[in-house]
Amino acid sequence: MKLGPVTQFLMNDTAGKYLLSVLLGIALVIPALNLMMPEGSALHVSTYTLTLLGKYLCYALLALAVDLIWGYCGILSLGHGAFFALGGYAMGMYLMRQIGDRGVYGHPELPDFMVFLNWEELPWYWFGFDNFFFAMIIVALVPGILAFVFGWLAFRSRVTGVYLSIITQALTYALMLAFFRNDMGFGGNNGLTDFKDLLGYNLQSDTTRAVLFVASALSLVLGYILCRYIVSSKLGRVMVSVRDAESRTRFLGYRVDKFKLFVFVVSAVLAGVAGALYVPQVGIINPGEFSPINSIEIIIWVAVGGRGTLYGAIVGAVLVNYAKTYFTAAFPELWLFFLGALFVVSTLYLPRGVVGLAEQILEKWRSRHAASLETSGQNATGQAASARDHSPPEDEKNDDAGTNRKSAVELSTN
Amino acid sequence: MRMSSVWLKRLLHVTAVMTLLTVNTFMIARESLAAVPDEELLAPMAELKSANFSKKAQLVVDLSNIEDERVLLILKGMLGGDLYYSKQSADSFFVLSSGESGYLAQNVLTAEMLSDISKRDYKKISVNNSLRRLLRETLASLQLRSPNVETRIDAARAMMKSDDESNIKPLRQALQAEESASVKKLLAVSESMLVARYGSSHERVDAIGRLKGELYPEVRSLLAGFLIERDGAFLEADSDVRKAAAEALASIEDLVAFNKGVENVYFGISLGAVLLLAAVGLSITFGVMGVINMAHGEMIMLGAYTTFVIQQLMPNHIDYSLLVAVPAAFLVSGLVGVIIERGVIRHLYGRPLETLLATFGISLILQQAVRTIFSPLNQSVSTPSWMSGSLEINGALSLTYNRLYIIIFSLMVLFALAMLLRKTLFGLQMRAVTQNRRMASSMGIRTGWLDALTFGLGSGIAGIAGVALSQLTNVGPNLGQAYIIDSFMVVVFGGVGNLVGTFVGAMSLGIANKMMEPFAGAVLAKILVLVVIILFIQKYPRGMFALKGRAAED
Amino acid sequence: MQAKHISQPSILYLNGVSVSFDGFKALNSLSLDLRPGELRAIIGPNGAGKTTMMDVITGKTRPDEGEVIFNNRVDLTQHDEAAIANMGVGRKFQKPTVIESLTVFENLELALAGGRSVLASLFHKLGARQKERIDEILVLVDLVQRSDELAGALSHGQKQWLEIGMLLIQEPELLLIDEPAAGMTDVETEKTAELFKEVSKKHSLVVVEHDMDFVRALECKVTVLHEGRVLAEGSLDQVQKNEQVIEVYLGR
Repeated sequence: MKLGPVTQFLMNDTAGKYLLSVLLGIALVIPALNLMMPEGSALHVSTYTLTLLGKYLCYALLALAVDLIWGYCGILSLGHGAFFALGGYAMGMYLMRQIGDRGVYGHPELPDFMVFLNWEELPWYWFGFDNFFFAMIIVALVPGILAFVFGWLAFRSRVTGVYLSIITQALTYALMLAFFRNDMGFGGNNGLTDFKDLLGYNLQSDTTRAVLFVASALSLVLGYILCRYIVSSKLGRVMVSVRDAESRTRFLGYRVDKFKLFVFVVSAVLAGVAGALYVPQVGIINPGEFSPINSIEIIIWVAVGGRGTLYGAIVGAVLVNYAKTYFTAAFPELWLFFLGALFVVSTLYLPRGVVGLAEQILEKWRSRHAASLETSGQNATGQAASARDHSPPEDEKNDDAGTNRKSAVELSTN
Repeated sequence: MRMSSVWLKRLLHVTAVMTLLTVNTFMIARESLAAVPDEELLAPMAELKSANFSKKAQLVVDLSNIEDERVLLILKGMLGGDLYYSKQSADSFFVLSSGESGYLAQNVLTAEMLSDISKRDYKKISVNNSLRRLLRETLASLQLRSPNVETRIDAARAMMKSDDESNIKPLRQALQAEESASVKKLLAVSESMLVARYGSSHERVDAIGRLKGELYPEVRSLLAGFLIERDGAFLEADSDVRKAAAEALASIEDLVAFNKGVENVYFGISLGAVLLLAAVGLSITFGVMGVINMAHGEMIMLGAYTTFVIQQLMPNHIDYSLLVAVPAAFLVSGLVGVIIERGVIRHLYGRPLETLLATFGISLILQQAVRTIFSPLNQSVSTPSWMSGSLEINGALSLTYNRLYIIIFSLMVLFALAMLLRKTLFGLQMRAVTQNRRMASSMGIRTGWLDALTFGLGSGIAGIAGVALSQLTNVGPNLGQAYIIDSFMVVVFGGVGNLVGTFVGAMSLGIANKMMEPFAGAVLAKILVLVVIILFIQKYPRGMFALKGRAAED
Repeated sequence: MQAKHISQPSILYLNGVSVSFDGFKALNSLSLDLRPGELRAIIGPNGAGKTTMMDVITGKTRPDEGEVIFNNRVDLTQHDEAAIANMGVGRKFQKPTVIESLTVFENLELALAGGRSVLASLFHKLGARQKERIDEILVLVDLVQRSDELAGALSHGQKQWLEIGMLLIQEPELLLIDEPAAGMTDVETEKTAELFKEVSKKHSLVVVEHDMDFVRALECKVTVLHEGRVLAEGSLDQVQKNEQVIEVYLGR
């Protein structure tokens, strides 16, 4: 019974179905090719590639989180990197505690950087991080609470538009400055690194990396389903309504601030989870993750992919990051030119991103196809999948229209 | 500009001192003392050759009564044991000094320099201790009697470094004769300092009492010296003196703390001035056009690089480089601004978030362009001589000129901008567009053209800010990034499109930052300011000086 | 059903409401009384304070002084937009404001009474009764054929009607309507006036309008606002004869 509505809202999401199949596919195939194929084989996927793809998946989850608030609710957060980094730090703290006495200084409890700073004991906020489940709760809780407090303050007093964007940027900037400080107890400049193992499994081993890859892929799948469920519900339509006509929504009797707060917190938690998956794969978390430019880069992933579609965010994150990997290796000088041009071009010429472009081309092809078959080609212009999923069957409504005309007038005059 | 005329005098003065020092003379006010016929000087000097010490003392007094600049040189040379007379020619006296190769001799009457002389041809005019003491007193009082106020100030200031009891007498005489209040003050302090060292117990306590509130470092170290304890005993045996010194020192420390506060406010205002320059352009573009320009920081950076290029082009005229750089930077950044507006922003009006992203892309491109054209490293921009140094208010407070100029400069820019907005047709049209875009356009204002110019203006001002910043911070590709968030904070704090708001916002942020720094540290202060703004915006979502009513609606 | 009060029943009572923006008095001690089920037209030159009055009633603008009593019970100045909307005050903007990237049907679904909390809307299922209700309104505002289209694709007049439909489906006790006839054809205008007269049998209505023909068609009491206060009140014919009104409209 429970699966009923789930399948229903997913069935309406054609692109999403393909996407989920692809994700589940690579979650199985890539690790298998990495672990089972011999090193020299053409089908072998190197651990480097596997880790790289795992990183992309984490970015994709982060992009998904941003699309949920920006694409559907119109909240342009220029500080989402902060939630990602906080999730990452929570995971990093757990991994640091796992090192135990294997650090350079061999202290049984304190991480190396604390020994280096002559700290005597663990600060109170490091307690509990030796427990994996506690750490995982914090991964979701800290970004969630920060988003709640910040969002509660901002949305309640109706800070919107560019103002909101700017203060989210200030938020991540302030956090970056704070985490750079040694006395914060998060490793200052260097951040947290030199991790050894996760739940007892060596982080360097291929198997652990493959498992982390699968975990990232599954998290992305679950994240997608969650987001899709939200935007397909009536809440999703309220979000769109807030995005398009905030004032109108308020006069309809919706408490806009609460709706925004809800999606903002959900989005922050997703970003935190993405950060937590990211850190063991790249092996380091440092305050640079808080830097404002990182947060803005997330926006461009979503914009390039196509906002307000969810799957577009995933496509965009992978595309842009692949381009980044390629450019920074091949033409390091050109990367910023390319990224900058991407910002300009995607806002000027691709308002709906590559996904929108693909849809447009598809529609065109379809309508030409349909015209050649001489069937009705209405609905040709791209009003496609953006934010609507609920549409009662056509015929049923037409029937009602015929029979209920009179009663409607009666009703309004009762 | 009284400030700058005082400064100019000092500058001239410093240069003069430097020149004179190179020829090893002590003649500071060369041009200001009347010269007497050579014979008048020669008569007592001829006697010096053969006089005994008591006769010499008499001759020194005689010489010191002659109103002639050369007396200083003679007495100074004599004090140092460097005054010689030539064995060959009568009536020629020289001050000897060692040059690069052998000795130099300067004729005290003609100032003529002889190099590579043989010391054997000269005979020294010898002095003894009591004569030296007399010479010192005489020299001090001579300088203190100089008709030039600047010379007297310097002499009086130099007196503070003296621990020579013999200076007390000339100081007191000079104090009697002095008319200038500022010189008098310095003299009094010097006198009290000497009395505090050498007077009777009672006199010393009195003198220390008079030193209360004097901020000169010499005074502080003198007083602190009285309180030094070594091996369980005070170096200063007199407990009354110690008590008075401790008291005076405490009052001075209070005053120093106060001055530190004033200095912090000064730093705050100068930071505020920088923020004002950086933010005012942003405030215009956002206020008139609703455009958040994320490339604004790069416009600042372009201004700073323009300064660098201008200095490269005129390496021999660094002093004038900034005068050229200000209009050049305005044009460069302004032009780039117009191009950005026409090329990109124009297509994105009414979509502020998209504009934000596109301009961010532009900022990345500009940063990388600068990296490619110049280098990823910081470039060194020189400071013109007239901007280095500092204005000394008192012993504990001196205001650096570069910051002072930037404060004045930013106020001038603000004023000019206010005039432009209030008094010109361009400003009128711009304000019309701010308040009602559609109405303005239907009244025949070419809003597109105006947008381009407005954006160019905002960017141009950012370029000017870059010129100012090049004097305070490293000029590198990331210069703009460092200031963009702060500029946004100013705009958010003050409210958009409002010069008063921007001014108050910039100053409050600058001062708040610098006031918090001493006890919170620079980083924490910045974090606190950001947190305060994030909280502030809850209460005033549209800034302190936001427009109300219909005009404020989107 | 409206609560019957022994003392003068009133649906909306504005008492001495003043609002000023930077020294400009948009409303100057404005007072207004509306009976349950009344249809009232408000006219006045530009800047008379009509829209500001709407803003004050719906909680968008807080007045500097004065009170706005709804249904003899609640002072609306103490509540925000959402709360006031949920108490039963619906508002139509001057510029038609519908959610352009949702379908006509979805727009109405959003406006439908109930399910205003976050969680309720997350797990909301559209019941058969509610669907029926939406369909009734679709018929009423003549948008059945376009039910599945995006609201952004509607014509100006259709958007006005959709917004009116969204108002009606909220089932408010009091409707505030800002210039409904703007941009409508004559036929549409006539139809709209008929609709309002029909609606006013169950709801109370305040209609702000410039179009005198439309106001005449409403056949109701008219209030003339000028410089933030009431200048005249009465039937349209009465106020049109009023010296002051003539002066304000024709210039001094």
